[in-house]
Amino acid sequence: MAFYRGHILVCTGQECKQKGGKEVERILVKELKRFGLNDEIKVISTDCLGACEAGPLMVIYPEGVYYGGVQIEDVREIVEEHLLKGRRVNRLLYEMDESEENVTAHHKKDIFSDEMRIVLRNCGLIDPEDIKDYIGRDGYRALGIALTRLTPKEVITMIEDSGLRGRGGAGFPAGLKWKFTHQADGDEKYVVANADEGEPGTSKDRLIMEGDPHTLLESMAIAGYAVGADTGYIYVRGEYQLAVSRLKKAIEQAEELGVLGKNLFDSDFDFEIKIREGAGAYVCGEETALLRSIEGERGEPQIKPPYPPNEGLWGQPTLINNVETLANIPVIIQKGADWFSKIGIENCTGTKVFTLSGDVMNEGLVEVPMGTTLREIIEGFGGGMADGREFKVAQTGGTSGGCIPKELLDTPMDYDSLAEVGSALGSGALLIMDESHCIVDIAKCFMHFFEHESCGKCTPCREGNTRMYEMLDRISKGESNLKDLDKLRDLANVMSKTALCGLGQAAPTSIYSTLDYFKDEYLAHITAKVCITGDCQELVTQREEGERKGETA
Amino acid sequence: MKVKINGEELEATAGQTVLEVAKKAGIEIPTLCYLKDKNEIGVCRICMVKVEGGGGGYEPAFVLQVSDGLEIETNTPEVRELRRLNLELILANHPQDCLSCERSLNCELQGLSKELGVDGSRFAGKRIEHQLDESTPSLIRDPNKCVKCRRCVSVCNDSQGVKVLFPNNRGFETLIAPFFNKDLDEVACSLCGQCLHACPVAAIKENDAIDNVWEALNDDNQHVVVQIAPAVRVSIGEEFGVEPGTPMTNKLVTACRKLGFDKVFDTDFTADLTIMEEGHELLSRLKEGGPFPLLTSCSPGWIKYVEHFHNDFLPNLSSCKSPQQMFGALAKSYYADIENLSREEITVVSVMPCTAKKFEATREEMMKDGSQDVDLVLTTRELARMLKMTGVDFLNLSGSDFDDPLGISTGAADIFGVTGGVMEAALRTVYEKLTGEELSGLRLTEAKGLTGVREAKIELSNQTIKVAVVSGLGNASKVLEAVKRGEKEYHFIEAMACPGGCVGGGGQPIPTNEEIVMKRGQGLYNINNSKSLRKSHENPVIQELYEEYLEGVGNKKAHQLLHTTYQKRAK
Ligand SMILES: Cc1cc2nc3c(=O)[nH]c(=O)nc-3n(C[C@H](O)[C@H](O)[C@H](O)COP(=O)(O)O)c2cc1C
Ligand code: SF4
Ligand code: SF4
Ligand code: SF4
Ligand code: FES
Repeated sequence: MAFYRGHILVCTGQECKQKGGKEVERILVKELKRFGLNDEIKVISTDCLGACEAGPLMVIYPEGVYYGGVQIEDVREIVEEHLLKGRRVNRLLYEMDESEENVTAHHKKDIFSDEMRIVLRNCGLIDPEDIKDYIGRDGYRALGIALTRLTPKEVITMIEDSGLRGRGGAGFPAGLKWKFTHQADGDEKYVVANADEGEPGTSKDRLIMEGDPHTLLESMAIAGYAVGADTGYIYVRGEYQLAVSRLKKAIEQAEELGVLGKNLFDSDFDFEIKIREGAGAYVCGEETALLRSIEGERGEPQIKPPYPPNEGLWGQPTLINNVETLANIPVIIQKGADWFSKIGIENCTGTKVFTLSGDVMNEGLVEVPMGTTLREIIEGFGGGMADGREFKVAQTGGTSGGCIPKELLDTPMDYDSLAEVGSALGSGALLIMDESHCIVDIAKCFMHFFEHESCGKCTPCREGNTRMYEMLDRISKGESNLKDLDKLRDLANVMSKTALCGLGQAAPTSIYSTLDYFKDEYLAHITAKVCITGDCQELVTQREEGERKGETA
Repeated sequence: MKVKINGEELEATAGQTVLEVAKKAGIEIPTLCYLKDKNEIGVCRICMVKVEGGGGGYEPAFVLQVSDGLEIETNTPEVRELRRLNLELILANHPQDCLSCERSLNCELQGLSKELGVDGSRFAGKRIEHQLDESTPSLIRDPNKCVKCRRCVSVCNDSQGVKVLFPNNRGFETLIAPFFNKDLDEVACSLCGQCLHACPVAAIKENDAIDNVWEALNDDNQHVVVQIAPAVRVSIGEEFGVEPGTPMTNKLVTACRKLGFDKVFDTDFTADLTIMEEGHELLSRLKEGGPFPLLTSCSPGWIKYVEHFHNDFLPNLSSCKSPQQMFGALAKSYYADIENLSREEITVVSVMPCTAKKFEATREEMMKDGSQDVDLVLTTRELARMLKMTGVDFLNLSGSDFDDPLGISTGAADIFGVTGGVMEAALRTVYEKLTGEELSGLRLTEAKGLTGVREAKIELSNQTIKVAVVSGLGNASKVLEAVKRGEKEYHFIEAMACPGGCVGGGGQPIPTNEEIVMKRGQGLYNINNSKSLRKSHENPVIQELYEEYLEGVGNKKAHQLLHTTYQKRAK
């Protein structure tokens, strides 16, 4: 194996790519060759490093120096100055605050001070296409411990004691699900990793799979051992082609090294992993729909019971967990349930990866302990609101979540606290909007999404989303009356209580919360026919309203 | 165990659903998409009940299984409101043209609206206009009325095993139709009409021939005869509030005369004739050693299904036309000669329990010189509608007999309309031909490993005849597969497309369900028992027909008139 004295991670996440990250990488490789450094320094492209604002971003190890806004013209300078002469290129050092000069990687850590990386522990630090990098950071050690030192029941007890809850949205205790699957009778059992990640504005699972694919493989094998399954499926969102190719490569390497396949760690335990690419519908992330889709059927949710742990894939007991849930497993096995359960808060242990987006200074992915408040995330990692505007509302948990107003900025981000204020943690999407957005327009956007994504199977969701969208549309055009507010609540009520699956049940969450927290804005639209932001173009804006009043006065 | 429903403590056993326990206790929970054992997918969300305590929440009553101490509310204001909201959502996307809808007063959606106290829908909005599918002579699909309960999907896919109906598109645009929204004539539909019976509304209905029949009746230049199938006489009464299975034969004849038919004949007559021909075919195959199994050919849905899905069995199908088509052929030859009429001057109408019969009449094999033997086919329901239109007081009519000569029949012909009947009727004749003795009843037992299939062995001196009886296309397919795999061997298989046979046909009154189908079948056996002649070969007019016109059983002339061929169709 070649020994490299240094590694350069070049971010080719969406934002950085758009800003030319790929091109920077290409030039970098060329320049290294030119200077004969290609045997000494390895270039690794990574997914989002979590600081999109500063893209294209690169990090040079072992120093851990971040360079931001790197353009192709800058590459030669970095190579000559930093790599050859050992001098930092000050003008490119990634800085958060303009006033602070020469922020080094160390300083930079401070901005991420609330961060705690468990599931993202390896992302950006290893070459995801080289299993040795993973192994070098304790990879597959947990699998070894589980297979050689623990019984399946002991593994399950550990997961139960850790308090880990599912990160796919519902927050169901992982250990309990493992136990149910373990106890169920079946000729065959399966482990399925839910990597459909259909929630708009969420890309945490992608980051894990692209940045650290072996973590997922290792976790699935441990899960297989615990529940008694020898086959695993990863159901990956179709658009995630880089993840698919990295997972495939990872599976190949793992099989070659014997950490996947037959007789793992001489334990008689076999485990193989197959990849299935999703067809693209949001609802296919719902577990029963996902399982149907793997079976080759139309991906539609099914009534429960039976639940997957009893009757899942092809009627056999099936454990289905989210990628992020699974990524915690090796760490829990290695560091112990006790260690894990002390992170976060009671009833909601560990960390959560949030995908922060919207009107904040810094968008990106951040992993923080459960219970970190919304304000801490926005002001810490997010660097506050962009363009000096006022915060208006945050939607947590993605489209299925609720809207949180300014007064609730100190709400801790965990399943229970968010449920209490009528929202949800969901997949960890975090959309921040400033005062320039109209609440009716926001609600309309969400319902547009659900009208489009309803699978059409059950009445309340198939019909309800469309009627709800129509009503909001009428409100935004000044064509509604006060009765529509009651009807909106009626619809929200019947959808949330009687829809067949989580999609229809959660679709009205944002309606409830906006009706609760922003009722006045609705009323302004309905009675005064005024939209303060001007987003609803058919209505008068506040300013025009003022002028009109001035005229009549 | 004990459960509490609406505060009332009830005894229940594990595995029961809340719906079952409630029903037993006299607590009705409304349902729409639920069809026991057939469609248990829980999509309409009408049967929701409230689970008290614990996590609580609302669950569909037919899914929720009882557990000790379970407390359920089925009738709180909120439960009623939620049901009503779901129903209003369905109504907002429904044409609501009850006044002109043929399912009016026999529509589950209408019934539910009344039951749940719906007074209009709060949610008017856009609707998608769909084209009607009028591609087949049998059925019309009207997706505008569809409530997406998917009962038809389950019945077509699972019970019938034909698999031509599916949910297309998604969300609000969901459309229950053949794949890629094709028309029924572009897919392998058998036209059995079982989807129609599954449908709670008028989204699937027969392709109505009433206007054409009126036109023929009003045409002075046409001699219009009608034939009535066996299964119609035990079901038509239901349209007038009479118990299923009550024989209405004689009133039916009078009623048809009142409608203006020149002659009222009986398909039973040609059912006897079918037995003669099919019995002969079985005998000659026994003599020649096959091909076995001989498959009956009187059910046009079954024929079309075999043509689409099992066309390696086409040589096994009996070449006999169905009784309907034998009648048409004879009416326009033998009977026309008697009356001294030309083919063009006769209109043959049939009243059938079946939607596939409408298609059968239009098959090219059933034409002569470019015109159909059977011109128009009415279902039981359509005939009832005609009677209602004309104000015929059906129940108070005095009875009368079928016309001669195509109106005389034996009990063997009546049981044609019920599963197992054709087999029994055929064996009565064949057995006597082979042994000279009377067959003392046919004892069918459940076939091992094949649910829904019954079989029997008939011992003769030198051989054993193995027969099987099956109804419903899903079951029928299973027998053919078993035969193909060599697991089962039969000489003769009676197969009918509809569960229970023609008494459960797609043209029968709505509702048609297992219990009602049983009663109608029993009605046919009662008619058989009341007749003195019970073997087809004893029918005196049939004997005369063979002597005077057909030149003997299995003869060339008989073959030309009474037999047919089949074609391969795409899957
Ligand atoms: C409409 C809908 C979409 C969903 N999409 C996802 C998804 O993309 N990824 C995911 O992990 N879970 C998704 N879920 C949740 C899954 O149904 C399931 O709860 C989860 O995979 C279980 O894993 P966990 O216990 O590890 O959270 C979705 C649920 C619904 C109702
Ligand atoms: S709630 Fe929506 S997505 Fe879920 S089953 Fe019903 S229609 Fe389909
Ligand atoms: S007529 Fe029969 S085969 Fe055709 S769609 Fe209906 S149930 Fe299926
Ligand atoms: S056609 Fe009828 S049975 Fe089929 S889904 Fe529509 S309403 Fe239900
Ligand atoms: S009858 Fe219960 S969901 Fe349709």
